[in-house]
Amino acid sequence: MAAGVAAWLPFARAAAIGWMPVANCPMPIAPRDHTKRLDELIILNVSGRRFQTWRTTLDRYPDTLLGSSEKQFFYDEETKEYFFDRDPDSFRSILNFYRTGKLHYPRYECISAYDEELTFFGIIPEIIGDCCYEEYKDRKRENAERLQDDQDDNKDCKLPNMTYRETMWRAFENPHTSTMALVFYYVTGFFIAISVLTNVIETVPCGATPSQKDMPCGERYTVAFFCMDTACVLIFTVEYLMRLFAAPSRYQFMRSVMSIIDVVAIFPYYIGLVMTDNEDVSGAFVTLRVFRVFRIFKFSRHSQGLRILGYTLKSCASELGFLLFSLTMAIIIFATVMFYAEKGSSSTKFTSIPASFWYTIVTMTTLGYGDMVPKTIAGKIFGSICSLSGVLVIALPVPVIVSNFSRIYHQNQRADKRRAQKVQKARLARIRIAQAGSSCTGFLQSKRNDLLNDLLELTGSEEEELLLSKSMSLLESQHHHLLHCLEKTTAHEFMDEQLYEQNCLETTVQSCTSRSPSLSSQDTPIGTCCTRRVKRNSPLPNSSMHLQPSHQHGPLQQLSALHIQCGDKLPRTTRLYPIQVASP
Amino acid sequence: MVVQIQGMELFAIGVVMIMFVAVLKGFGILEPMSSFEDSSESDLELSTVRHQPEGLDQLQVQTKFTKKELQSLYRGFKNECPSGLVDEETFKTIYSQFFPQGDATTYAHFLFNAFDMDRNGSIRFEDFVIGLSVLLRGTVTEKLNWAFNLYDINKDGYITKEEMLAIMKSIYDMMGRYTYPSVRDEAPSEHVDKFFQKMDRNRDGVVTIDEFIETCQKDENIMNSMQLFENVL
Repeated sequence: MAAGVAAWLPFARAAAIGWMPVANCPMPIAPRDHTKRLDELIILNVSGRRFQTWRTTLDRYPDTLLGSSEKQFFYDEETKEYFFDRDPDSFRSILNFYRTGKLHYPRYECISAYDEELTFFGIIPEIIGDCCYEEYKDRKRENAERLQDDQDDNKDCKLPNMTYRETMWRAFENPHTSTMALVFYYVTGFFIAISVLTNVIETVPCGATPSQKDMPCGERYTVAFFCMDTACVLIFTVEYLMRLFAAPSRYQFMRSVMSIIDVVAIFPYYIGLVMTDNEDVSGAFVTLRVFRVFRIFKFSRHSQGLRILGYTLKSCASELGFLLFSLTMAIIIFATVMFYAEKGSSSTKFTSIPASFWYTIVTMTTLGYGDMVPKTIAGKIFGSICSLSGVLVIALPVPVIVSNFSRIYHQNQRADKRRAQKVQKARLARIRIAQAGSSCTGFLQSKRNDLLNDLLELTGSEEEELLLSKSMSLLESQHHHLLHCLEKTTAHEFMDEQLYEQNCLETTVQSCTSRSPSLSSQDTPIGTCCTRRVKRNSPLPNSSMHLQPSHQHGPLQQLSALHIQCGDKLPRTTRLYPIQVASP
Repeated sequence: MVVQIQGMELFAIGVVMIMFVAVLKGFGILEPMSSFEDSSESDLELSTVRHQPEGLDQLQVQTKFTKKELQSLYRGFKNECPSGLVDEETFKTIYSQFFPQGDATTYAHFLFNAFDMDRNGSIRFEDFVIGLSVLLRGTVTEKLNWAFNLYDINKDGYITKEEMLAIMKSIYDMMGRYTYPSVRDEAPSEHVDKFFQKMDRNRDGVVTIDEFIETCQKDENIMNSMQLFENVL
């Protein structure tokens, strides 16, 4: 129950007088307020700054430090105040939580200091209100990642007794650990560059021989280029195999992006070796050569910036998707319009709508090749609208991508693990915690303890009563009493959802057996409300049976004391309604 | 063919004109069109309703609470309703929080009408405290009067079967779906019949205030339960 609403509980209880004339059954006794003291001001001295508040304000949350007796440890007898040696600025938001029921997270506060304060005062951070919760979670995640990074940096130190395999893996992942690793790193880098360069130069036309026209260098110096290629591929293969050997988890290594790139880079060569001089597949062979250009991606092991770029694009997938979608929409619209606008003019290049796609794309991205140009006035008007809107559509998602890149870059490529699933689950858990106080389960649980409570009330020992009700605050017991009165008014009882479903099947059977023919209609109201039919699927059927004979008269005595009306009718009820006492 | 070209050109020219107008509006040059709607909206925002209660001494005279009790009541009241007034929606929300399993809004509506004595749609602190004073510190007759007032929805001095049925249904609504035994549809009307059997002495179909008070005073159960909430504050 929210703290503020607790102040209205006396009102709700007073309003329950409206049910009294309507109710047919007697009402339960109200819980007594043993600790009735007049509200007083409490002084909280936090490092010299004095805060004052009512005692009842603090008592709203009895499971925190300030609301429970734990604060007595900080009580100063001479000055009659509670002294806490903590930060007074953070204490402000904590005290406001008691006052308003909502915990806020101040933005200027450091997240770990705030967390410490919350832990000290016994407040769980999940209670933070919706207005500040996102900010709190963001800061917490950032902090956790920063700490993790610090931990990761320390992992580079050399552990003693590493196997040869582990040393190799460490050398591959962090080239600056040893000279050998550095040499290896530079050698592979050099060969990647050489390989890419040869691929490029292969296609440049070398000088013309007198016999033939210009030939690309690749065809002129076939042997040389082939040797180059072989050497590079050999080095790459050796490197890949070594990495595969050194990897701690081979399966995971084979699935990683970098290893896939490696494989794609060296495979065409081997396929080419196998498929030499076969005319049918030479076309495919040529295509395979295209894949050699993927060797350039091997540079991403050497360049952090490249990795970050790839990572940014991956994390901005939704923005890129949106850009693509809006572009597609606009292209189709404008292509259609341009086609119909230019349909009239003679010798037009806009022969069909797909043909106009090319014009639209070129115009929207402000390239403007000029190979397709509208000639009619309508076409020109729409063409200009097209180019203007193109600028807008492309300009919109770009800043998002840019800011993402900069954030990731500055954070040094931390993994952004905010999956919607996790956030949703955590939020649901929070809502459940907040609602746990207001749900009826507390009331239903206390009903199971009720019989025990009532028996003890009769015996009259106050200490035992106090012991039992210690677990439930006065507020809760008053709220439960209110719900109990409602039950009595309507002669029905509250139930758990699951038990309700189970009992639905059983009550149909029950109703046949329970209505014995000797009952007249006027007995039923007293019968149903006076007998405490605490019907449950008891998990311990044995114990309940065992208790039955001894307790058969106990609750009856209790009933006769509390429910005055039932005096005469009791003998009849004992015969007809066997009381099931379920042990708590 | 010629018609087609002209059609497209007209369309193009139309589009250009619309964009022209839009741009002018954006620059605020075309003001007279838009000014009609905006002016009326701005005035409504300023007047938020607020109410200050009468002085502490006057309330002490009107009710049977002590000064300290009135102070703590007001603090709770003001905390939940900073403006000093409770409207029906807030009242329903607050009351529903005490009955999470069922739907307390209908009963809260009747309760609201019982507290809101001058029927102006909101409960002030004075109404609140006077009502509470009757409920907690009043004589049994005053409490019974209050209950009669609650049941008599149209405040004509008679409780009819329809009024009682509405009240009963709203009470049963608060129980919700998951009850033992489960609430049958006829349960409220049966309860109403029992109530009328007990209260309606002259069998004329309505319960007057005298019948009500007389019957209640004879019923020990009811008399005892009236004293139940004496120590609430």
